[in-house]
Amino acid sequence: METLRFIADNASLILYLTVQHISIVGVAVGLAILTGVPIGIAITQNRRVADAVLYIAAIIMTIPSVALFGILMPVLSLTGHGIGYLPAVIAVLLYSQLPIIRNTYTAITNVDPALREAARGMGMRPWQRLWRVEIPLAVPVIMAGVRVAVVINIGITAIAAYIGAGGLGTLISRGISQTDQRQLVAGALAVSLLAIVADYALLWMQRRLTPAGVRA
Amino acid sequence: MITLDNLTKIFNTSMGPVTAADRVCMEVGEGEVCVLLGPSGCGKTTTLKMVNRLIEKTSGKIFVGGRDTDTIDAVELRRTMGYVIQQIGLFPNMTVEENIGVVPRMLGWDSQRIRKRAVELLEMMALSPAVFLRRYPRELSGGQQQRVGVARALAADPPVLIMDEPFGAIDPINREVIQDEFLKMQQTLRKTILFVSHDIDEAVKMADKIAIFRGGKLEQFDSPDNVLAHPANSFIADFVGGDRTLKRLRLLKVRDVLKADAPSVRPDEALETAVRRMHEHDQGHIVVTDADGCPTGCLFLADAVGRHGSAGDHARALPSPVRLDADLRSAVSSMFTHDAEWLPCVDESGAFRGQITQRGITHRLGDTYRAAALTAAVPADEGRPAAPQHFRGAAE
Repeated sequence: METLRFIADNASLILYLTVQHISIVGVAVGLAILTGVPIGIAITQNRRVADAVLYIAAIIMTIPSVALFGILMPVLSLTGHGIGYLPAVIAVLLYSQLPIIRNTYTAITNVDPALREAARGMGMRPWQRLWRVEIPLAVPVIMAGVRVAVVINIGITAIAAYIGAGGLGTLISRGISQTDQRQLVAGALAVSLLAIVADYALLWMQRRLTPAGVRA
Repeated sequence: MITLDNLTKIFNTSMGPVTAADRVCMEVGEGEVCVLLGPSGCGKTTTLKMVNRLIEKTSGKIFVGGRDTDTIDAVELRRTMGYVIQQIGLFPNMTVEENIGVVPRMLGWDSQRIRKRAVELLEMMALSPAVFLRRYPRELSGGQQQRVGVARALAADPPVLIMDEPFGAIDPINREVIQDEFLKMQQTLRKTILFVSHDIDEAVKMADKIAIFRGGKLEQFDSPDNVLAHPANSFIADFVGGDRTLKRLRLLKVRDVLKADAPSVRPDEALETAVRRMHEHDQGHIVVTDADGCPTGCLFLADAVGRHGSAGDHARALPSPVRLDADLRSAVSSMFTHDAEWLPCVDESGAFRGQITQRGITHRLGDTYRAAALTAAVPADEGRPAAPQHFRGAAE
């Protein structure tokens, strides 16, 4: 009705905001994979360190996003980027650590001990075993962690609109402050749809990256 | 080929030091299969894993092919030894070809050579390469997986194979088949093999030498027949089982106890001829054979003496013949089935080649006990005095 007309009239704006939204989540989660997967692999060496790291990542997860923005803003304003893109990306990066590190850690420690024994016994060095056997087997579970991170953070990025990061949250926040139901509903629908589509797209990628011998 | 010199392993556990292997000394020749046998916790697996340094020894020396394993990098050493484990451990994310190619790839072989080798090995394992090269482990049955596991261990053509209860996870029927195939392969390949097992029957079947462990100590290192016939102490005697002499039957073939000069008679020949031949060989029966020499019936002395006619008319049914290459255990089983004290023997073409008798078998099995009584002292933990000196060497 009115909302639909609004969406049709402002399609390019909504598209622009969607791209902005995706860029924040995409860059942040991409960086999170680059930090989280190696950390997840590294902590498999030592149980105590693993427990500590996972605990810290879990604590970060419990900090409400508005509070985290509140902490980041004064810190980052020292660099002149207190609001906008940078704090949003950093927050999403931090929130992505737990699912990715934990899934990486779990996937690798749960590799069948017989495989580790066979690999060691036939003369594979630890990195060869990691690269040829353990990581390929861990990829599906790591991807599942990435999916969780992306879906959660699409929601969190909507809140980042309040600190000037842009994205689809802008429509929602304007809809609230201007009491404009069309913007509100359009923004809410767009964010939800984005989350669902992203989840399916990553599920497809998860299936593609699963080694052929492991696909159920 | 493999020499263990006072090999010792002591684990420091929460309950104090545990000696898993205690000054183990043994020597396995090139091309021999040595089965490490014993109950759980006896140190056989620990000893095995010290050879490829999956477990580091506490003291002692290991020599493989004349080289001290301490002087070789552990990883390089393992690449010169094939390793097969009970749980198989095929990498699920790799095809059969990739699994087989793991060690060759680490050694720098090119993919053509790896593929050729994989095809060769699969054919050796009786798995059709066209079908199996591209399959994944989860698409294989347990027996097929373990065959691929063995192929993977042989891929780089190592001189030594280390096997830790490799056929334990396979069902008993398939296990027999795989063991037979493995033995046939070993006849061609002549690898030096260290094989851990807790199954005396498997050990007797597969081994050139058996090493029996208990509590970390090597109790006896001998051929399967000697372990069964002359167990070094009562523990081993119990371990191999009260039916150990029957187990020895598996080690002998029909041709080893064959009485080749057994008489036979043609169906058209006279009863008198048959009787005469039976008397010549001091037997109460004679086998009737046809024109091709295949046994068709059996004539008893009681039916023939004092009668006239041809042998064929008075012949009775024959107890089921056994092949020359059959093992004695199944032959004896056949004797019991047919309530017979003797069985006719045939070759691959079915021609009559002689017979085996219960007496002949028990006599042959008894040879080793008679020889031992004449030349050796009695086992240490029984208190009887040694055989008198003047009997030594008398049998020869």
